Formats: sequence, C-alpha cells, structure tokens
Amino acid sequence: MAIGLEKYEAVIGLEVHAQLLTRSKLFCGCSTAFGAPPNGNVCPVCMGMPGVLPVLNRQAVELAVRAGIAAHSEIAPHSIFDRKSYFYPDLPKGYQISQYETPVCKGGYVELPAKDGEEPKRIRLVRIHLEEDAGKNIHEADGSLVDFNRSGVPLVEIVSEPDIRSADEAGAYLRALHAILRYADISDARMEEGSMRCDVNVSVRPRGTEKLGVKSEIKNLNSFRFVEKAIEFEVSRQIEILEAGGKIAQETHLWDPVREETRPMRSKEFAHDYRYFPEPDLPPLRIPPDLVEAVKSTMPEMPAERRARYVRDYTLSPYEADVLVAEREVADYFEAALPGLKNRKAAANWVMTEVLRAIRESAKPLAEAAPKPAETGSLLRMVEAQKISLNAAKTAFAAMCKSGKGAEATVAELGLAQVSDEAAIAEVCDKVIAAHPKELAEYRGGRDKLFGFFVGQAMKAMGGKANPKVINELLKKKLAG
Amino acid sequence: MAEKKISLEQVRHVARLARLEMSADDEARLQADMSSILAYVEKLNELDTTDVPPTAQVGEAGTPIRDDAVTNHPAPEEMLANAPARQGGFFKVPRIIE
Amino acid sequence: MTSELNKLSVSEARDMLRKREVSSREITRACLDRIAEVEPRLSAFITVSEREALEQADAADRRLGSGDAPAMCGIPIALKDIYCTRGVRTTCASKILENFVPPFDATVIAKLRAEGAVFLGKTNMDEFAMGSSTENSAFGPTRNPYDLERVAGGSSGGSAAAVAADECLASLGTDTGGSIREPASFCGVVGIKPTYSRVSRYGVIAYASSLDQVGPFAKTVRDAAILLRALAGVDSHDSTCSARPVPDYEKALTGDVKGLRIGVPKEYFVEGMEREVKIAVRAALKHYESLGARLVDISLPHTPYAIGCYYLVATAEASANLARYDGVRYGFRAESENTDELYNRSRAKGFGAEVKRRIMLGTFALSAGYYDAYYLKAQKVRTLIRRDFERAFTNCDVIVVPVAPATAFRLGEKTADPLTMYLSDIFTISVNLAGLPGMSIPCGYDGDGLPIGMQMIGPAFSEETIFRTGDAYERSRAQAKRPTKV
Repeated sequence: MAIGLEKYEAVIGLEVHAQLLTRSKLFCGCSTAFGAPPNGNVCPVCMGMPGVLPVLNRQAVELAVRAGIAAHSEIAPHSIFDRKSYFYPDLPKGYQISQYETPVCKGGYVELPAKDGEEPKRIRLVRIHLEEDAGKNIHEADGSLVDFNRSGVPLVEIVSEPDIRSADEAGAYLRALHAILRYADISDARMEEGSMRCDVNVSVRPRGTEKLGVKSEIKNLNSFRFVEKAIEFEVSRQIEILEAGGKIAQETHLWDPVREETRPMRSKEFAHDYRYFPEPDLPPLRIPPDLVEAVKSTMPEMPAERRARYVRDYTLSPYEADVLVAEREVADYFEAALPGLKNRKAAANWVMTEVLRAIRESAKPLAEAAPKPAETGSLLRMVEAQKISLNAAKTAFAAMCKSGKGAEATVAELGLAQVSDEAAIAEVCDKVIAAHPKELAEYRGGRDKLFGFFVGQAMKAMGGKANPKVINELLKKKLAG
Repeated sequence: MAEKKISLEQVRHVARLARLEMSADDEARLQADMSSILAYVEKLNELDTTDVPPTAQVGEAGTPIRDDAVTNHPAPEEMLANAPARQGGFFKVPRIIE
Repeated sequence: MTSELNKLSVSEARDMLRKREVSSREITRACLDRIAEVEPRLSAFITVSEREALEQADAADRRLGSGDAPAMCGIPIALKDIYCTRGVRTTCASKILENFVPPFDATVIAKLRAEGAVFLGKTNMDEFAMGSSTENSAFGPTRNPYDLERVAGGSSGGSAAAVAADECLASLGTDTGGSIREPASFCGVVGIKPTYSRVSRYGVIAYASSLDQVGPFAKTVRDAAILLRALAGVDSHDSTCSARPVPDYEKALTGDVKGLRIGVPKEYFVEGMEREVKIAVRAALKHYESLGARLVDISLPHTPYAIGCYYLVATAEASANLARYDGVRYGFRAESENTDELYNRSRAKGFGAEVKRRIMLGTFALSAGYYDAYYLKAQKVRTLIRRDFERAFTNCDVIVVPVAPATAFRLGEKTADPLTMYLSDIFTISVNLAGLPGMSIPCGYDGDGLPIGMQMIGPAFSEETIFRTGDAYERSRAQAKRPTKV
C-alpha cells in the first residue's frame, strides 16, 4: 500500500474512447482502414471544407446501441448531436460533433470479475455517447504535420461514475470493458493502435468522508499498464500535496511514459469553454424500440455472464473463469474443446497453460497458434481414457501446434500411446525386480523409498508409455513378495 | 455614455474563444456594438418562456442516415490543393501551442 | 435580335431553345456582352467564368440538338458566390476564401449541371451572407441597377442586380434572414426563399445552418417556379433535406385565386414604414380582392421579437460554422510563428468587420454563463414565433406583406450603425425562424422610381400556393418593367 493510503481514499473515474468497427467514417463515405497514406482517406466532409454537411452512419448507431446493451445502459429513444467548439490543427471544423446533454445511452454498469470469495463489484456508467474522432498531428522541429485520415472516424465515449478506488481496480475495469467491446464486436479496442483510449479523472479524499476532492485529468494513456502507473503516481502526488498542507489544482496532466510521471498540460487561465449547442445539420437521432430489440437478439453471451456460468456449471474458480473469459476467442476455444470431456477443470487448466503458452510463444493469433479446439478436445479425451499420459499429451500438443495435424495421428506418429496391458507390464516388472536383487533386499528390509526407484526403472524400460497406475499396483504386489 | 452590457474584459475573453486578434480600438468598438445589440436583445425578456420548449430546427428530414459503405475514393492531391502550406501529403502548421 | 437575347425570361428561352430558334451560345454570348458592358458600374459579379460558360453553352446546344432538353438546358444563369463550384473560385465575398477553389460541386450546382445549365459566374454578396446591402463584401459593394448610388440589397445583392440588369436570365441566392427577398424587392425582380429543407444545402457555404435556404431570382414567377423545381428535392448529402416529392410548380400557375384567404397581419403595417410602400402593398391587396380572394385580418404578435431572436440564433450558429476558417487546410493564412498566432491573425485579417461582430456576438451567446440567458432564450422565442404562424394559417392560406419597410437605401447610409442595418430585415426574418416559404415579387415603384416588393408567405411546403398567388398578380396587373439605369 502506497504511503498515505491508510488515511486517504482514491476516487477515480475513467473516460474511455473506443473506435467503432465500421467500414466508413461517422459522417461521410471515407474508409476507416488503418495505414492509408497521409490524407489518403479524406473528402470535403471530413476535411471540414466550406458548405459540407454530415450524414450519420447507421452501423455506428447500431454499434453504440450494442455498447449500451452490453453495459446494461438505457438506450435513449431520442437523442441529439451537439457541437463542441475548440481550435486545434487536427480538428477541421473548429468543432467536434459529439453528444452533450442527450447521449445515446444513459447509465449502466460494468461488472468486474469477483475476487475469490467476494461478490463481483459493479462500476456504474454515466453515459455512452457517439462522437467523431479528430485527425493526427505529427510534431516536427519547425512545426507540425497534419493528417486527417482519422478525422470523422466513429467513436463511442464511455464515461464511468467515480466508482473506482484503486489503480488495480481501474485496470480491472479497463480489462472488463475491453472484453465487452470485443465480445460484442463493437470495437477491436486495441490501445496500442489507438482504437481504445483512456482519460482518467483522479481525486483523493480522507477515508470516511463523502465530499469529492479536486480532481485532475490525465490524458495520453495508451496501455492498461500506463493507466495503472499514472493513477498510482497521481494518487501519491495528491496525497503528498495534501499532507504538506497544499491544495490540488484542477488541471489536465499528460502522462510521460518515459519518466513515468504526470505533468500539467494546460494552465488554468486556459479553462475550456466548449460552447456546446445542438448540431443544426443533423436531425434528432431516433432509436425505435424494435431496433433495440433487433440488436439485442444478436448479442452474444457477455463476459460477466460467461464468467458466472463457468463458476456455476464447471466449478471453476473465479480466477480461472476470469482468465478464460478475458478474450472471447479463448473462451470460445475452451467451450469448443469440451464435448465428451468429464473433467472441465482439467480442460480449463489445459487452455490456461498450454493454449495460452502456444499463443504467447508463437506470437500468433489463437487460430494459427494452436490446433483446432476439437483436436485439443480429442487429445484431452485420450488423457481421460488413460490412452496417453499427461506428459505425452503435452508432447503431442506441442507437435500439433507446429504440424497442424490431428490428435490421433500425432499420438500414433510419435508412438505416445500408453500401455495398460497388465501382462506386458507384469513381465517388465518381473525383469526389473530380477535385475536388482540388492535393491529388492533393501526394500524388503524397510527402505520404502526405493519403491520409486523400481517404478522409474519399469517406466524407463517401457519407454515411458506404461500406465503409471498399473505399474504402481503390480510393483506393490510383486515387491511385497 | 450609455451603460455597457458587456465589459472590455468580457470582449477580450470572447475574442480569445473566437480566436480573433484585436487592437485596443477593435475591442472598444466591439464593446460598443455588442452592448447596443445586447441591449436591443433584452427585449426578449419581456416574454415569459418558462414553459416554452426551444426550437433548434425546423423543416423535415429526408434521409437522415446512410448505410455503412465506403463511397469516397482517395484523392489526396485534390484535397491538398488549397493548402496554405504542405509537406508531402501532410498539411503543415507552425509550432502547436498546447 | 441577338443583342436582346439576355432579356429573355427562362421560360421564353427554354421554349426557343427547344424549338432550336436560338442557340444557348447566342443567349450566353448576349449575357456575357451585357456583363462586359455594365459590370464596371454595377459590380454584380465577383468572378465571370466566360470560357467555362461558352463551353457549357456549346455542350447544351449539342444536347438540345439530340432532342434531350431538360428545363434548364442551355439557360445562362449566375450563382451567388456562396455555392461551391468545382474548379471555379468560391470566395463567399471574403478575403479568407479569396483563392479557394472547391474540389466539389454543391448539390444544387450538380443538379443544374446535369440539366445542362450554363454558369456565367459568381455574384457579389455580403461576406458570408452577413448583411442586408452587399456593402459587406471584400470586393466592394454591388450597386442598384435603378439607382447606382443605392444598394442592391443583400446579402444576395449581386444575384438580384444581375437579373434586374439582364446580365443573366436568372440567378441563385441564399436567404437566412431575407437575403433573397430583400434584394429582390430592392432590384424589382422575383425571389423566393423556399421552405426550410425543401432544397439541399450541401456545398452552400453555411452562415446559420438552421435558417439558411437556397432559392432563385428570376424575372417572372413562372421562371422562379421552373428553377425551384430544378433545385428542390432529397439529397443523400444533406440529412436535413426533405424527401417530399417535388411538384411541377408550373402546373400550379392557374391564374385563379378565387376564394383564396389572404392573411394581412397588423404587425406588418406599422409606424415608420415608407408611405409609398404601404400604399403599393395595400393596392395589391385590393387587386387580389378584385380577383376573388378574401382578405383576413390576422395577428403575428411576436413579430417585434424576431430580430432579437434571429441575431442570437444566427450568430451562435455562425460562430461555429466559421470556426473552420483557421488557415490550416485552405484559405488565407497570416504570417505566424505558432498556432495561436496562426488562428488569431488569419481570422482577424481574413474576416471583415461585420463577420467578426457576428462571430463575437454568437460566441458570447453560447459561452459559459450566458447560454441560457441568450441562446436558449432565443430558441424559446423562436418557438413562439413559429406558433404565431401556425395559428395564423388556420385562418388563411397565404399571408401578403411588404418585404421591407422602405425601398433601396443609399450606399453607406446604414453602415455606421449595425443595429439600424439589422432592423431593415424586420419583415423577412420571422419567415426564416419559422422555416416557411416566402416570395418577393415587384408591386410598383416609389416616387424615385425605385422598385417596391411585396412578400407572400405560406405554410411549410405551400410553394404551389405562393407561386399561384404571385403569378395571378403578375399576369393580371402587369406593370411594364421600368428600364434600369445602368
């Protein structure tokens, strides 16, 4: 626990921007594809030329509704767009089309994975609204270069209540939100590519008090880790100021990832006045109940529900469920491997260790890094049926990841099938005992430890393929004499 | 001199929001002009509008929404043709003040 | 004969072109000659695109020759310099767009181009359509063809003067608070501001988005009807544009106004109005009675609040609409060391005084602490003004009033005091706030020989009634159009 945290409590709210998975921009027919040459995906509309007008993208609206449904928000049947005015070189119209008083989704919550033995915590949302992205400035020694390819790309801004109490919890919230956005195909939510971005509002207050402290806003956070580090830094900084008898200034800070510290961005005299007013170029956005119902019918099972189901039906621990559910494709993989398996926990462990390792080590997406889930299921069924040992299964899995061949074929090819034939094993055990009279005498004389030695010798003689249970039973009998 | 509806300080603040450089003369003239217009506009306060909803738009919309299709073809040269300054495919601006 | 072709009406030219009695090139040439002759005195145009116009005329002639003749094919018209025209400089009469060449056409320009219309050039206006006299132009004022010492009205003064002086057969303007109707009245031509949302605004440089509307200037009501039909209709680039089918407005010109209920609001015949204007409009109303129409006294009680309401709503929207002129992507850029200087200086030097005044007022009306008292208050008053008309139209079909309290004023007469200038829009502004159609047609001349206009206002999408009302007057009480003095 950082210094002062026994005395102070952090109050944290997050504003997350996520790029919606659309082909075209929010208000014009330009492509949203990543990686075009500078100003290659622009037109008069997203360049803010004189006289142009916005026309709303239907898909963006549906994705925002999806986000609202996924976050248990109320979908506004009637919302309007507003202009948010400020000057910046990457903002072509001098205003951003956003939503102010009437967002498309109100309220809602994101459920954090429960800690073992606790109830899951809910972080409430204030709102989710639609808005357009700005372009990009590239800073050079003698000025800046401006690229409008991102200008007009559709975003949802997801604003949380200040319900978060620690850096860890902020990280958990972001991971949960990330999973939701990806589960429901709302956004690919890649922080490193900028398709998910996060601003943080942090304040501290003495424990046991209700009144909110003065908050500072931290921008430019492009990884979960930076969000956590920046919050830790900022909370300590504020506590230090208060402990020294100082006052917190309401400011915007930039996170400096190299120095791992925040620094103030704009001075106070530049307090913003965005002059929001209703966008006269767009009619009110009406979302009829049947659209909400239609979107609802296409929603997949969301991470929180899935987590609960894994704990309930598969008796996984909350931790295990959380690891599996974090990425939809991993959880889908797990479930696709399950048919015919009795031991779900073992399957979960397998996915959490072997499958995730394969992804990590190959640095490839799941579909390329690991065998088809049905083949993994088949391999695990062979373990359950004691046709192969767990170690043999690991060997086979590693080979399958590389070759792409099926479980049966790989086990056969590598000769990994386990021998359970008692007669064959008995014969080997007899030979081993015969070859080691000295050890036999010592064992029978009371050195029980030597049992392991005989098991090892027998297993070695059988090339590791013998069923260990059968070896154990037979040796016990035979050594007893 | 008639009562001013807006102070010089306010004029400067608004000019900063609107990004308009102004000389002292400009500020004084705008203070006078804006004051007389704002005084005229006071007339609206004769009306009780407590229960009146605002009108932001009139008319009727036709096709307020479009399908998610890429319909524009890249024409960066055309889009950059009016640029006051450019570098390659980028627009160029002087040093940015945060 | 050729020398008079520029005096043709659109309907006459259309019929002659279709019969191949005249070529588009001949009419276009006549207009270009007239432009060359009068422009030094009139200054109706900012840009004349002679080469393009002649090419378009030749293309139209080929098309007419093949029997393909949409209504506007081969008709030479002038465009207010507020319409983005692909490849032709579009300035909005501002230094900030002095060298701006749009890479796209406004929707209405694309429509007219597809019909084969000929674009003679871009006409003068008040900078960003902010003004009532065309004196707020970075290119100098346009003069009134009936008296070169007087204003042509504004903001679409160039387009009105060009039609009055027969430099073109018709023209396009825009109307945010009277910017078509007032100059039409001052220059003695027909001008209609259609219902808000009737015509696409895409590519029309925005002043106040919830008020701006596109419309034509013409020599006759019939011509205005022909043009509006070509302009109106749904647009996939403008989500505020109505999808209603566009009627054939010409078919509405029956000449019959029997039983028509004409509303006469007492608030529009007020003290301070020029006597001759009042007399002329009263005479026109009497004439309507003689044609079988019925006059109905009505009241539009919130009329005195319209100007205050307008100057808050319009300037607030303008303050955001004009934020894009920042010297980054196009337009004028001042010498600057950093982006603060880039914005502050480019905008200070690029915009004229009136534009800056309105940006300041609008920025103030939206700023923290003042939004409710000014912008929101104005939006509520706008509701009251709209309701006035809704109530009035339960008792009448069309309202007939003067366009302006006086005829064209002298150059410089009202430039010193912005408020006095604003007050000249008293009879036109409510129509924009309510989003209704309004048309100005000539109804006589004052003692100085200056044209007087009367305005017919109808419910939303009642353009057919308005055209029928205007046309009935025009055909039955046709006064000879007096020659201009240019």
